[in-house]
Amino acid sequence: MTTHQHDKRDPACLEVFAKLSEYVDGELDAVECQEVEAHIADCPPCVEFLQSLKRCVAAERQFQGREECGPVPPELEQRLKSAWQAALARRHHA
Amino acid sequence: MTTVSRIAPEVEWARRLLAGDESAFTPFVESFQHRIFQYTWLMCGQREDAEEVAQDTLLKIFESFDQLEDPERVKAWVFRIAKNYCLMKRRKSVFAPDRELSLDELLPGQEGDRPIQVADTSELPEGRVLRQELSEELERAMRALPDTYRSVVLLRDVEDLSTADTAEVLDLTEDTVKQRLHRGRLALRKSLAAYVEKAQ
Repeated sequence: MTTHQHDKRDPACLEVFAKLSEYVDGELDAVECQEVEAHIADCPPCVEFLQSLKRCVAAERQFQGREECGPVPPELEQRLKSAWQAALARRHHA
Repeated sequence: MTTVSRIAPEVEWARRLLAGDESAFTPFVESFQHRIFQYTWLMCGQREDAEEVAQDTLLKIFESFDQLEDPERVKAWVFRIAKNYCLMKRRKSVFAPDRELSLDELLPGQEGDRPIQVADTSELPEGRVLRQELSEELERAMRALPDTYRSVVLLRDVEDLSTADTAEVLDLTEDTVKQRLHRGRLALRKSLAAYVEKAQ
């Protein structure tokens, strides 16, 4: 049963909304986590909102851009290798 | 029972490169080249700029490889260099001007609000196509984010950097990273939900 009106004008809801990403990321402490869970437990719209946020985050984590970069040109590869070897030489002489 | 800790491949390659092992060179470059390009492409907005910045970043990485103090944090170190080159190259006019995303405008509860859904395509047979479409929409939505939010979303969610590493890369406090990440995600959620609703 819904015991609160799911509304961004409700300070309790606002407080929970502000913490939802940290909740999804497991970055809340135990007390805050319990507060969020207690708040959303009786509120289907809050649960729905949380689910859609989780799906959005999952989509971001699987994101692969359409643009592909070409292979590293051979001359750049040689410059990268030379730069790396020079950096290692500096490290050994330091 | 023995606990096996999983070392990220890029950490292993960085260690081997620091030890002078040339066989780690190609996998390290191949692993980071695409990720750096994706980041610079979404931060710079122009393909030529993104390629140039990605190449400059790669060169800087190897030129300063002796300064990599902690291979465990090689990803944060790499993206800090990428971020600095992006800042030098960025053409701000390409993107929407920086602005604050108001939490108020991103939350439900307004009169006339309808519940909005972000599709879960993982179980559908046509999921691959839908995931591709969703990915394209996500790219559009990310480009529309103000720079300050996009950079956090890219590092935290796309590149999976920790809050602490993201804060270090972007010279922000961890609280600011959390706040920007949350607002960025809410803005993306809103864009994706609008797309899904339009497609139905």
